[in-house]
Amino acid sequence: MTTRRDLLAGAGLAALAAQLPMAALAQAKDSVTISMTLEPPTLDPTSGAAQAIREVTLQNIFEGLVKMDRTGKIQPCLAQSWEIAPDNVTHTFKLRTGVTFHDGTPFTAEQVKFSFERAVAADSTNAQKQLFTPIAEIAAPDPATVVIKLKQPTANFIYGLSWGDAVIVAPQSAANNKTNPVGTGPFKFVRWNRGDRLEFARNDAYWGEKPALAKATFRFLSDPQAQVAALQAGDVDANTNLSAPEAVAQLKSDPKLKVTIGKTEGETVLGTNNAKAPFDKLKVRQAIAHALDRKTIALGVYGFDVTLIGSHFSPLHPAYVDLTGTYPYDPAKAKALLAEAGFPNGFSCTLKLPPPSYARRAGEIVAAMLGQVGITVSIEPLEFPQWLERVFRNKDYDLSIIAHTEPLDIDIYARDQYYFQYRNPEFKTLIAKISGTLDETARNELYKQAQQMLARDAVNGFLFILPKITVAKANLDGMWTDWPLPVTPLAELRWR
Amino acid sequence: MIGYILRRLFALVATLLMAALVIFLVLEVLPGDPAAVTLGLNASPEALAALHAEMGLDKPAPLRFLLWLGGMATGDLGESYTYRVPVAQLIGERMAVTLPLAVLAILLAVAIGMPLGVVAASRHGKAVDAGVMAFAQAGLAIPNFWFGLLLVLVFAVGLGWLPANGFPGWQAGLGVALKSLAMPALALALPQAAIIARVTRSAMLDTLQEDFVRTARAKGLSESTTMRRHALRNALIPVVTILGLQFSVLIAGAIIIENVFALPGLGRLVFQAIAQHDLIVVKDLVMLFAGLAILINFAVELLYGLIDPRLRQA
Repeated sequence: MTTRRDLLAGAGLAALAAQLPMAALAQAKDSVTISMTLEPPTLDPTSGAAQAIREVTLQNIFEGLVKMDRTGKIQPCLAQSWEIAPDNVTHTFKLRTGVTFHDGTPFTAEQVKFSFERAVAADSTNAQKQLFTPIAEIAAPDPATVVIKLKQPTANFIYGLSWGDAVIVAPQSAANNKTNPVGTGPFKFVRWNRGDRLEFARNDAYWGEKPALAKATFRFLSDPQAQVAALQAGDVDANTNLSAPEAVAQLKSDPKLKVTIGKTEGETVLGTNNAKAPFDKLKVRQAIAHALDRKTIALGVYGFDVTLIGSHFSPLHPAYVDLTGTYPYDPAKAKALLAEAGFPNGFSCTLKLPPPSYARRAGEIVAAMLGQVGITVSIEPLEFPQWLERVFRNKDYDLSIIAHTEPLDIDIYARDQYYFQYRNPEFKTLIAKISGTLDETARNELYKQAQQMLARDAVNGFLFILPKITVAKANLDGMWTDWPLPVTPLAELRWR
Repeated sequence: MIGYILRRLFALVATLLMAALVIFLVLEVLPGDPAAVTLGLNASPEALAALHAEMGLDKPAPLRFLLWLGGMATGDLGESYTYRVPVAQLIGERMAVTLPLAVLAILLAVAIGMPLGVVAASRHGKAVDAGVMAFAQAGLAIPNFWFGLLLVLVFAVGLGWLPANGFPGWQAGLGVALKSLAMPALALALPQAAIIARVTRSAMLDTLQEDFVRTARAKGLSESTTMRRHALRNALIPVVTILGLQFSVLIAGAIIIENVFALPGLGRLVFQAIAQHDLIVVKDLVMLFAGLAILINFAVELLYGLIDPRLRQA
């Protein structure tokens, strides 16, 4: 029997249901809520390496002289144009005029000089200080011109200026940027509820095209299930990179959402201690390469296909060559190579794993695959600070798995002190040559040689590229599919 | 009485000092460098050295220990290595979430658990009693994070009544804030309610056997008055003891629930701080939890006196 109360409740619900879509639409027009996994520790991209800082601030709050677009190409930003003199070291930047910082300070050449000098200063805590070390001197002949002279030709200097570490800050606000960032970007800082959310508002005085959205909120959901629930409940409009790959199929079947799987610059490698026996033997490293079935590893980690790699290079870069066929999966050959190297019965070693779930999951599978060719692997899980200390700094390890997320970072193999301990003079010469080659075609040719050298030497077990799993409401346009640089430019988002 | 309080205070300070020494030493031998965590894989040695100096990590360990103790004594808890803001500010922000959450959970647990326990005791051996005991078993057996996920599925994903997670902050309005605390508080309260129901029931059963209850009934008091004024009041001591214990558990132990619901509380802060090697925050929070546990125990002892006048004289 239906009582009066039931009827009333039903009527109330119906009325509510009729109001809801309208309210949702009205709200959706000019604001967006985006969830991400990690919270930025501070909001100053010039004083910390955390990717989350760049994800929220770069191209939103802060801008550099140049910026990277979604295809990985360098575009003018605070610099309208630039030219490199025939001496190959003098860079002249023509700056945009009429630009102001969020606090009203006009943007001029002086701030460019200040920002870069601050980055190379003795007390600088810039996480990518090496970007700026080639600078010999900076001059600001007039407010709209900056002339930067380098110590030697450095091919990737301009490229590096698109990174978060090279944004332009103003002298009077630089010290407070960690908690109250002041930049020139299309959005300005409003509020930060630490541990939960960060709120930005449109910068109405922005020099470029005015953003479609008036308000943006970043929410920090470290728990993968919490990310999925917030998307399903409609609490958030998008997630920059979902950390629950197992939920992808479920979210894909939801017509209110769209899911894309893109690429990043995160080369995931089985890091190998090249200076330690038996990994100093090429045949042992080749055996490991033959023992790894990359496709199965990646599928085991994600449950869907991701891009596999055969060297330390991202397919997002034009110089990429597919080297996954260098040492194809072949356990029998792996065993034979081990026997040739003097280990007919295999050997034992440890695999030290940092916390990210891709590393822990891939680690289990890699250990099993190496076990099949006779290499007994014991897994040792580590917290990130311990990993940094023991593996990265002290090189106290045999094998490890981690993704190297810095763009275009193949030069790390040329550093003697780097934890792979590769130390190949030939490779170092090649990297030095790349740095000095300003012609793009010639440089890309050298990059190809470098990739091939690393693949041939089986320096590390090259596994896969970290995917970017973007989930957004079906009517939200403009989220980046790939991450040539981990940013989420809010000015490119709009509702349909 | 004064001697008793002084002895308690001395023990309190001694316990805190011991806790401080232990936590400092443990974190000192733990490998890992907060500056390296901040600056990542490409950091140059000079940048690391500069950040060490900025964080005060270049000083010798005994001096850092003394500076830390002195700072705490004067109310300066230091600056977080990760967030680069004063730790006191961080704790204050997080306390504004965790404390209301714990209070809400305790209130819910009492509101659910106590009546159930009383009803079960008064209908001892009947179907109601069995029902309450079954609820208590289930409440204890179901992990609270799983119950929390279930609540999210029903009330956020399914019905859309409540936000799935997060906390918009008190400045968003009392109603909005309480709405985001409702599900986590309920998830936290369920096992507590189960414990309270069981403890109340058994304490009530014990007191109902007492002579004074028979006397109260014999002199013609109604059953409800007998229950309320004579049985329940006497049964409260074990319940309050449990409440005191559970409250400290709730404050320090909401880590999992705060993660499931992405709440910016103390539990999540300590979890994050450990993962990011924000040692100064870890040290301060452990001290805070130790201090809180001691204070709550002290408060529980004072409460005994309020409930049982005989203990006031002792």
